Amino acid sequence: MSFSLEGQVALVTGASRGIGRAVALELGRLGATVVGTATSEAGAADIDKAIADAGMKGAGMMLNVTDAAACEALVGEVEKRFGVVGILVNNAGITRDNLAMRMKDEEWDAVVDTNLRAVFRMSKLVMRGMMKARAGRIINITSVVASSGNPGQANYAAAKAGVAGMARALARELGSRNITVNCVAPGFIDTDMTRALPDAARDALLGNIALGRLGRPEEIAGAVAFLASPAAAYVTGTTLHVNGGMYMS
Amino acid sequence: MENIEQRVKKIVAEQLGVNESEIKNESSFVDDLGADSLDTVELVMALEEEFECEIPDEEAEKITSVQQAIDYVNANVKK
Repeated sequence: MSFSLEGQVALVTGASRGIGRAVALELGRLGATVVGTATSEAGAADIDKAIADAGMKGAGMMLNVTDAAACEALVGEVEKRFGVVGILVNNAGITRDNLAMRMKDEEWDAVVDTNLRAVFRMSKLVMRGMMKARAGRIINITSVVASSGNPGQANYAAAKAGVAGMARALARELGSRNITVNCVAPGFIDTDMTRALPDAARDALLGNIALGRLGRPEEIAGAVAFLASPAAAYVTGTTLHVNGGMYMS
Repeated sequence: MENIEQRVKKIVAEQLGVNESEIKNESSFVDDLGADSLDTVELVMALEEEFECEIPDEEAEKITSVQQAIDYVNANVKK
């Protein structure tokens, strides 16, 4: 079974930091041409440099996934410069944590818009090329909290669980065209997003992790690389949990 | 240059994997040529590319047979 991504074009959203960055670099290491997006020009330049420094093909580009016109333009540009996108990793995400009793509509909408609606938008944009190519991999980064729940994250958990349901529907819709759609659900990974948590919350979470430590972004990237690779050709509609035993179904 | 009817039939044959000789003008994509719903979406995409046009969704839904595709192209695409 091969894990090579040679000749593939991969698009990774939210690639300037954390999990997205690790995913972009891992897909590049396996031979893919990688385009990583960031919400700022500086972030895009940073990805560009990381890809070039690693001797990989690809580029960093600026994108706000909630901007439909920008998404369409970006996919067009990627296809023009590098070819049809064969691997899409929907990683870009935000949190707006708050107890439900205090959660504002804007906090709900912002999370659902970025973490759910934009995932559908990006998936739809790459579908045409994948259908014609009779090949494609859509991989969504979800979260353990979609399964386990988490106080203060009703919006985030709902959006991530929504993505998992959408992935199963798309897997059925696109399976006949040899396009697989899967999710990777990280647990507690050491990134800027989790570093923002208070110490007490971190300690409580650590106590529930069988492996007794936080995960590294590279450990999520490995799971994504597997799902993107020829080795995972028969895997679709599933969620691969990578959480150190924090949640077991 | 092939005429529109021939071009449409060629695309239908390629897209649905059927022999051009089996395709009649009155053939329905789904009932006669074995297309599923995704096939019909792809067929419209292929027609858009061949004839360099954009077919709105509400028009695309009405194209269910070879003749309807030919009629659409004749009526809407600049020659």
